[in-house]
Amino acid sequence: MHTKINIILAGVGGQGILTIAAILDTAALDNNLNIKQSEVHGMSQRGGAVQSHVRISDQPIYSDLIPQGKADIIISVEPMELLRYLPFLKKDGYLITDSNPFENIKNYPELETLYNEIKSHKNHILIDAMKIAKDLGNSKATNIVLLGAASSLIPLSDESFQKAIATLFERKGERILAKNLEAFLKGKEIAAELVS
Amino acid sequence: MKKLLLGNEALAQGAIDAGLSGVYAYPGTPSTEITEYIQKSKIAQELNIHSSWSVNEKTAMETALGMSYAGKKSMVVMKHVGLNVAADVFMNMSVSGINGGLVVVVADDPSMHSSQNEQDSRYYGKFAMIPILEPSNQQECYDITKYAFELSENLGLPVLIRLVTRLSHSRSGVTTGERIAQNNIHLPKISTQFQLIPMHARGRYKHLVDLQPDILEISENSAFNTFCEGTNKTIGIIASGIAYNYLMENFEDGNCPYPVLKISQYPLPKEPIKELFDTCEKILVLEDGYPFIEEAISDFLGENRKVIGRLSGDIPRVGELNPDNIANALGFDIVINENLPKVVLGRPPQLCIGCGHNDLFNAINVLKNESATQQVFGDIGCSALGVLSPYESINTLIEMGSSITMAIGASNAGIHPAIAVIGDSTFTHSGMTGLLDAIIEKTPITVIISDNSAIAMTGAQDSAASGRLITICKGLGIEEDHLKVITPLHKNLQENIDIIRDEINYKGVSVIIAQRPCVQLPKEKKDKLKEYTNVSIN
Repeated sequence: MHTKINIILAGVGGQGILTIAAILDTAALDNNLNIKQSEVHGMSQRGGAVQSHVRISDQPIYSDLIPQGKADIIISVEPMELLRYLPFLKKDGYLITDSNPFENIKNYPELETLYNEIKSHKNHILIDAMKIAKDLGNSKATNIVLLGAASSLIPLSDESFQKAIATLFERKGERILAKNLEAFLKGKEIAAELVS
Repeated sequence: MKKLLLGNEALAQGAIDAGLSGVYAYPGTPSTEITEYIQKSKIAQELNIHSSWSVNEKTAMETALGMSYAGKKSMVVMKHVGLNVAADVFMNMSVSGINGGLVVVVADDPSMHSSQNEQDSRYYGKFAMIPILEPSNQQECYDITKYAFELSENLGLPVLIRLVTRLSHSRSGVTTGERIAQNNIHLPKISTQFQLIPMHARGRYKHLVDLQPDILEISENSAFNTFCEGTNKTIGIIASGIAYNYLMENFEDGNCPYPVLKISQYPLPKEPIKELFDTCEKILVLEDGYPFIEEAISDFLGENRKVIGRLSGDIPRVGELNPDNIANALGFDIVINENLPKVVLGRPPQLCIGCGHNDLFNAINVLKNESATQQVFGDIGCSALGVLSPYESINTLIEMGSSITMAIGASNAGIHPAIAVIGDSTFTHSGMTGLLDAIIEKTPITVIISDNSAIAMTGAQDSAASGRLITICKGLGIEEDHLKVITPLHKNLQENIDIIRDEINYKGVSVIIAQRPCVQLPKEKKDKLKEYTNVSIN
């Protein structure tokens, strides 16, 4: 069985989706897997819609972009941004998102409408990751909670994820590293409860 | 162990390992991270590789040529439209040729993610009659850059590397190799080589023309152009650069049944293209950007069309390639689902919270309500976001520096008020000469330099204008009474409106410097800026 996964990370410029990408990259590289990870620099980073395509495989990866209908998971730090990439989602693929909107445009949709759209997909994990992170004492770890929630769907071990988180956060000090590791595990735990 | 690098970073590492002595650049998406990687590289610092930003792409390329003249290896980096700014030296240094290896890196932006057009730099390379290299993946970004320096020195010509956004800004594992030593200073062997007066230039141009068969032969034998046999000859495929990846994505384990010619070096190799023509029923050309290859190999009158691609409509003529539009061209049964749920709205980029441009546009909009004839000529950079809602303050946006000169032309035509809004770095890049035009003719325009002391849109790099704007404007000859400094803050709104209104009413050139540091700047830099803000004009 080949190891192969396509993940789209979504959000608004400045929300920190590249931290999730960096953890995935580091963990995959540590497992000698191939990676391609596209990201957005420039104009859209200024409060616009941004996304990153992360592809991990033990086989050669050709395209830097995921074809439509081939993403296994979309992880979003914002509920409307999650839905922007639906054409990329595989049939029965997973949608994972924070429920908190980032309202920097006119006529931002009603939250209930957004949530209903998300819930109309069989495989979804809609959580208040920001609150979970805040309760743990580090609201900046929202993205790590979401990564934790997605982790059981990604063919990388918890140890690999934790090692990658350590690599990325160790220079920020022990406390921040510990909070991020906690956020990862909490996200995983909550997703397990929701899915079961 | 492989390093995980962006295409841009792999290229930068390749240049360091090729024995680079200096990189010259002006920031521009998607090219910026190349120079930034070298700026941050410890090895580059130890090797004393020059890497600070230039004022614009033209000065960057000329400086790189100067380093090459002295015998050392240099690189110049820009986004596609930057090559327009540097086109003068670009076209002439292929005639003079180079001494130390000189590599020109241009990152194109198909789909205009962060640009105003999708021009294809391969045309420039062909125009200058120099070799073009087009990597298809991150490893090739590294390998091709090392090769490019070698090729440049072997031919005595600059070499163009063309990137596209999706390769510049995508990461993958890259294996790096040995580092080659930097060159020592050595002057050109032929003393007339760099003296392009007509009598010498004719000889140099003849030399460039005479080199063309050699350049073609090198390309035909290049390891970066590969031909892969296929059993199904109904289509022969030519895929250049990143298009090759999107093609292969469509076949399980990359097993494409059609013959495929991958192009990563130009001029176009004739032999394998002829073989495809002779053996295949149709030729499908896959290239990101303009139909450069397709145009070159198509039947001009289209009467005997065997070649398909963007020109034939099999691939969309505009926008970047992706695995899906290539699948469509191959006739695969895929449904490209463009329909998003109605609840998803567009989220265009916008000014940051706390951005000084915001308060400037608010002031300009009040004045717009006072004068139905007011026209505002905008410029490139974050201030360009004044085009969009909620401001809609800016009427034009074309290219670097055009705010001031278009305001002059409109004023000549009788428009008043004609206001130019330009960022500080855009002003030093291409605005100063236009301001001199206005000063010479005393054209009644109001130039507002929105000074955030950063090249903000590309990541708040150092601006050449920082601390120098007043001196520059005075030096160009602006009258002191009509050079004003304002602080664009909400609390100053009324005062700022009054100052701008007064200058609009002045029948000559005024410059208003709206000064407030970019919110993206780190605190140390903001503190340093305080040293020169609030400096009085006198």
